[in-house]
Amino acid sequence: MRPEEGVITSRSRAIGAVLELLTDELVVVCNGFPSREVYALRDRPENFYMIGSMGLAPAIGLGVALAQPRRKVVVLDGDGNVLMAMGTLATVGALKPRNFVHIVFDNEVYGSTGNQPTLSQTVRLEQAAKAAGYKNVERVRELDDAVYETKMMLKEDGPSFLLVKVSELAEDVGRVGIEPAAMTERFRKAAMGGRAP
Amino acid sequence: MVSRRLEKPVLLRYNACLMAISAKDFVSLLQDAGFNFFTGVPDSTLGGVIATLIERRVYVPAVREDEAVGLAAGAYMGGKIPAVLMQNSGLGTSLNALISLNLIYLQPCLLLVSWRGHDGKDAPEHLVMGQVMTKLLDLVRIPHRTLRAETVREDVGWAGQVFMSQRIPVALLVTTGVFS
Repeated sequence: MRPEEGVITSRSRAIGAVLELLTDELVVVCNGFPSREVYALRDRPENFYMIGSMGLAPAIGLGVALAQPRRKVVVLDGDGNVLMAMGTLATVGALKPRNFVHIVFDNEVYGSTGNQPTLSQTVRLEQAAKAAGYKNVERVRELDDAVYETKMMLKEDGPSFLLVKVSELAEDVGRVGIEPAAMTERFRKAAMGGRAP
Repeated sequence: MVSRRLEKPVLLRYNACLMAISAKDFVSLLQDAGFNFFTGVPDSTLGGVIATLIERRVYVPAVREDEAVGLAAGAYMGGKIPAVLMQNSGLGTSLNALISLNLIYLQPCLLLVSWRGHDGKDAPEHLVMGQVMTKLLDLVRIPHRTLRAETVREDVGWAGQVFMSQRIPVALLVTTGVFS
């Protein structure tokens, strides 16, 4: 379904559309509402929800991608998170992991703390990713474009960076209901194909 | 003549017994202990170790210490045994990652931290951290030990044991002169 003309998709709808495309990919989700929305929409053992350490989701995802080069790793990120650790764009761009897909849902605000504006209203994050050396870089505003680009990036060699412009709307969802230590073990087992000692 | 002799492994080991261990031998010790993912941000004290890791193609350079801690956490969940190298200034940078990621998610890593400002003898920017570092680690409950050439095997063994049994970051603090 296409959003109305001029209306930007909500992050929850965009996230839901991306999640529907996943099979066995390992997913790292940034802190704040994105983690909560992913957990509510489609929890799976291959999901890791970061609840603190803002900015570090792509670093964690990159560590997973380097340790498991045959698995596709998808990082679901936000604009505030990317801005907090923009140096990691350089680390990814320099190392060029082929199995790394970075999807940023950009609502131009710090949604979890009261919608204060972020710099992504004026700073083009996808251009920073391009300059840093990501192989495939796209910026989309429409839901079906987000679906198309995600499909391509899941198939192609990366590193890939997809910026999806979304609205400020946050779903009324609860906190992630998995204890952090249990989540580490669950994700680790999923990443290692059930062989975690 | 002397320096050429020192390049021989046997003499290096002898040398290590006296006062210092070669960076190469130390890296081998870490690798023998199972560490197989190395990342971090350089410091001069750790220069030889990082050079060896790069030479052996097992080093992932990070741009910030908290990024390195995140990389290590991801690598751990991907099945690796990670170590993070940093100057102690980087402990300040990575504090939030250590306490809101590693300590609550139980994601272990070896922190190999150079102790700049040790004994109050260093550039001014290192003095405060040099003085408070061990108290800071105690405060956030990260076990630590100062690496000594004479006890390097026990030190690495201890760190590995904390890593495996507690699944939290464990720090080995490196003063100048430990590595030849």
